[in-house]
Amino acid sequence: MDDVTTLAGQVAELSYALDTFYFLVMGALVMWMAAGFTMLEAGLVRAKNTAEILTKNVGLYAIACIMYMLCGYSIMYPGAYEGGVFQNLSTIGSGLLGSSDNSAADVIASGGDTYYSGLSDFFFQVVFVATAMSIVSGAVAERMKLWAFFVFAVFLTGFIYPVQGFWKWGSGWLNELGFLDFAGSGVVHLCGAAAALAGVLLLGARKGKYGDKGQIFAIPGSNLPLATLGTLILWLGWFGFNGGSELKLSNVGEANAVALVFVNTNMAAAGGLVFALILARLWFGKADLTMALNGALAGLVAITAEPLAPTPLLATTIGAIGGVLVVGSIVALDKLRIDDPVGAISVHGVVGMWGLLAVPLSNADATLLKQLTGLVSIFGWVFVTSLIVWAILKATVGIRVDERHEYEGVDLSECGLEAYPEFTSAE
Amino acid sequence: MKMITAIIKPFKLDDVRQAVADIGLQGITVSEVKGFGRQRGHTELYRGAEYVVDFLPKAKIELAVDDAIAEEVIEAICNAARTGEIGDGKIFVTDLDQAIRIRTGEIGTAAI
Repeated sequence: MDDVTTLAGQVAELSYALDTFYFLVMGALVMWMAAGFTMLEAGLVRAKNTAEILTKNVGLYAIACIMYMLCGYSIMYPGAYEGGVFQNLSTIGSGLLGSSDNSAADVIASGGDTYYSGLSDFFFQVVFVATAMSIVSGAVAERMKLWAFFVFAVFLTGFIYPVQGFWKWGSGWLNELGFLDFAGSGVVHLCGAAAALAGVLLLGARKGKYGDKGQIFAIPGSNLPLATLGTLILWLGWFGFNGGSELKLSNVGEANAVALVFVNTNMAAAGGLVFALILARLWFGKADLTMALNGALAGLVAITAEPLAPTPLLATTIGAIGGVLVVGSIVALDKLRIDDPVGAISVHGVVGMWGLLAVPLSNADATLLKQLTGLVSIFGWVFVTSLIVWAILKATVGIRVDERHEYEGVDLSECGLEAYPEFTSAE
Repeated sequence: MKMITAIIKPFKLDDVRQAVADIGLQGITVSEVKGFGRQRGHTELYRGAEYVVDFLPKAKIELAVDDAIAEEVIEAICNAARTGEIGDGKIFVTDLDQAIRIRTGEIGTAAI
């Protein structure tokens, strides 16, 4: 082989290694969002329910990884398959994730088409499923049976999420239609929120949250430092969520794109936080920290559908509108007596929809109609299938804990231990 | 012997502790309690929903004292704990039937 060919080969290998590394590191950042959700939710629930929500969060992450490896990944990415609602059944047999990967010769011969490790792609995708599932845990907090939740997680991560993920990212019919969703305002966030809403409607509100005469009672969170830490962890992880979704780093164009995505992601969060805080101050008279936190997350969700096309100023604006929407939505859901202890449905559902519909503001390839089609179909599919699974669970094993257990705290009834034990016999 | 129970503002605890130590008392029991007298609670706001916090944090101190110095102790506590603002607290004096030091078995005044 002459020197040029050798050099070209080395560059191809280096480029592959860099892009693979990029997937892995961005995936690791998104994995860290699991810690963010866990801390955020732990901070916003009461002390007596903290250990249970911690268990739910670590458990769902693990379940998501296993289900996605077993069948979810292959349902979502069945290979060369354009369009369609569900993959060709003949590919289902190859469900389980294997351990083989691309050879150097294949990479060089592909001329740039094969530019990352197949397993790095799985790793990057699996942490997104976990993110979608963890949205549900906050909305159903403090009154759901732990194991019923885990069973639901099996279905959402193994089937419901992968099918709608296939529609867009797996090159299914939504992708053919021209629906755009860069990093998942719809595929991940709206999906999680739809599943959460279905669960919450069947679950009911926490005891003591709403009065008979339409009153709304506050149930303050037990640890605002944790909630804030969780939000900042999510903010950091989101750079992986959006940044990684550019899917490539190893040339000037891509590197610049990734940089812009990071900047826009950051700006949208900032816009969301500031405007949520201002709105809370104007509306309630005080600077409600929890609204500020939800505002930052709303900003992040809002930009997730299109973090590359906007200018930083537009990204800030899109985030700011998300921040305003989330505050209004949180109050509105309470008025509708839909109890969402952490605001998950508002942050990920209402603002997830805004994120999808905002794409045409910056991306000329998107139209409101196509975005709306994606929005409605994702929401419809996930909401209906989730409702079915929740309903079956409710009718068989039940999804809500006993009233007495809810009163004592689900830490004791579901986990048998307390997050903040006070009266132990140990010294 | 008297048992003097005082409910005071928590930030006054150190001043009171110092004041009774200056008199010569060597023992004190402190608990963190909540309550209200005529000082009412306040309204807080959480995610758009108002809620009233009736109870305010207080510190409760309990002192077993000899009859002879009870008045002195009460005055010392009052002076140390008073701010002049509503919510300063109250002192309750009850008769103490008996006191025993567990380690030595001493009873009565020798135990306090």
